Amino acid sequence: MNLLNYTLKYLAIALFGIISIWAVIFYMNMLDEVYDSLDDGLDNYKLLILEKVEEDPATLSRTDFSEANYEIREISAQRANQTGQVYQDTLMYMLNEEDLEPVRMLTTAFIHQGKHYELKVISSMVEEDDLIEDLFYSLFWLYVALLVSILLVNNFLLKKVWQPFYELLAQLKHFRLGKGQSIEPADTEVKEFKELNAAVKGLVLHTLDTYNSQKQFIENASHELQTPVAISINKLELLAEKNDLSESSLESVGQVIRTLERLTRLNKSLLLLSRIENRQFEDTEQVSFNAIAKQLISEFSDFAEYKDVAVSLHENADLGIEMQKDLAVIMISNVLKNAIVHNYKHGTVDIFIESDSLKISNSGAQQALDPDRIFSRFYKNSTDNGNTGLGLAIVKAIGDLYGFQVGYVFDGLHVMSIHFK
Amino acid sequence: MKLLIIEDEKGLREVIQESLEKEHFLVESAGDFRTALDKIVSFNYDCILLDIMLPGGNGLDILQELKNLGKSDNVIIISAKDSLDDKLKGLNLGADDYLTKPFHIAELTARVKSVLRRKSFDGKSTIEIANLKLDPDERTLLINDQPLLLNRKEFDILMYMVVNKNRLVNKTSLAEHVWGDHMDEADDYEFIYSQIKNLRKKMRDSGADVEIQAVYGIGYKLVQP
Repeated sequence: MNLLNYTLKYLAIALFGIISIWAVIFYMNMLDEVYDSLDDGLDNYKLLILEKVEEDPATLSRTDFSEANYEIREISAQRANQTGQVYQDTLMYMLNEEDLEPVRMLTTAFIHQGKHYELKVISSMVEEDDLIEDLFYSLFWLYVALLVSILLVNNFLLKKVWQPFYELLAQLKHFRLGKGQSIEPADTEVKEFKELNAAVKGLVLHTLDTYNSQKQFIENASHELQTPVAISINKLELLAEKNDLSESSLESVGQVIRTLERLTRLNKSLLLLSRIENRQFEDTEQVSFNAIAKQLISEFSDFAEYKDVAVSLHENADLGIEMQKDLAVIMISNVLKNAIVHNYKHGTVDIFIESDSLKISNSGAQQALDPDRIFSRFYKNSTDNGNTGLGLAIVKAIGDLYGFQVGYVFDGLHVMSIHFK
Repeated sequence: MKLLIIEDEKGLREVIQESLEKEHFLVESAGDFRTALDKIVSFNYDCILLDIMLPGGNGLDILQELKNLGKSDNVIIISAKDSLDDKLKGLNLGADDYLTKPFHIAELTARVKSVLRRKSFDGKSTIEIANLKLDPDERTLLINDQPLLLNRKEFDILMYMVVNKNRLVNKTSLAEHVWGDHMDEADDYEFIYSQIKNLRKKMRDSGADVEIQAVYGIGYKLVQP
């Protein structure tokens, strides 16, 4: 439910209550005023009749309303004393309406030449049901008119007044960490929006700051670790060169060197990942994936031969993409390396180059990998120690950098695909 | 042969120094900008290893100074930054080579020897060891003056082992030198073994007086029995 409908809902309920109460009060006040006015009229009429009685005693014989609107009857003194002056509502047959209609009737008593008379004066009255109906309709239309005008005004106001809010919202919707964006709120005169803009901007800047320093930290840490690890490896190599080591000691040294080399690879991969995410690969060129695939197949030929895996290239199109060349090579070599490593003897690796995509399929374990997790960092399906678990994360990071779709499916073969758009 | 190492990281400087001294070079070192500048002005070196990031100044300024002195052709830049910009600047200032940290000492030794070879023999050089004669430019191998045909990788392996003769060459270092950087993570480089095996067989059949020994779990060593 958007803001417009939300406010309208509450306004509609509130207005309904207010208008209903107001209608009752208005109706009663109006009726009161009508009665007051009628009663004044009747009173005045009474005085006129009394004057007429003085002039024309024949009037006293008008004991029936008929065409006039009063009647006079002689009554006992005792009853006259009880009568006083009474206004009341009653019903009377109206010729024009052919029905009983409400009338206001004044009943009073007077003395004429020592005799007591009762005087009844009537006045046609408002038809209450008609009044209520009229009132109801006019209030109903008022209600509708109010809602419609509120809807229109609100709509306009929301668009105009809330414009900075919606602008901010749109920017926040598209905001992604690590995409090098910042938030630029629209100028506004409204204090609350100013505060909101400032608060959001502050929050975003702080988040970006934290994110960047985290990334910087990873990069610096990897960078700083490189040299000490390299020195350690070199020192161990120098140690192994001394001929006074026993074979078992050499074996231990070799194990430590291998472990440190794994650390070096891990470090290198982490460094590469953060450099990709920090967008430190800027210079792009038209990269031919056909050429890269051929070059990498030749580089990996000894390794593939050793693993007894047949690598074949199927060029169905020329695939040229504008990107950083090293990253293109890393992307393909990581997938290719995986395809060769996670294979079995006499296995196959096929590289398909289409006009907008590249697929590498390989034989291997007859079980699909988890497509949601294989591209995440440090995901390892095997216990292979040489594997850093970062190769495919790097492929994904490069894909994300350039907006390529990197995917995996298993259909008996493991198929990695990169869709370039 | 006198070498100068300009490197601020003490551990690395010591390892390089120790390793190069094993190759019977005379090695001096400088740990900061000022010392380095003093040394290059005062002495002549056959090869200078130059770090770009130094306390007290930029290694590229030292290179500029060397260029002004006409001594910049034997410099190998060793930089922690894999920066194309620095590399181009360095090479434009006359540096001979550019090596990104971290590197294998065997790789550094090979590069140093390559610089020295070019310098000593005016770019024309053959390496002789026992009854082997290697020509790195022509990529030919003579054993007892008889040519032995090696494929590209076998030649690269042998060349790398020869310049690091009697030294332990790490498998990783060998793989990166011969097969390039993309071969890491590849099953502990066991695939290198089959190449070495072929090379050994060819050399044995031709009567070579050197031997490539496996050093358990670490790598290989070329020795002259």
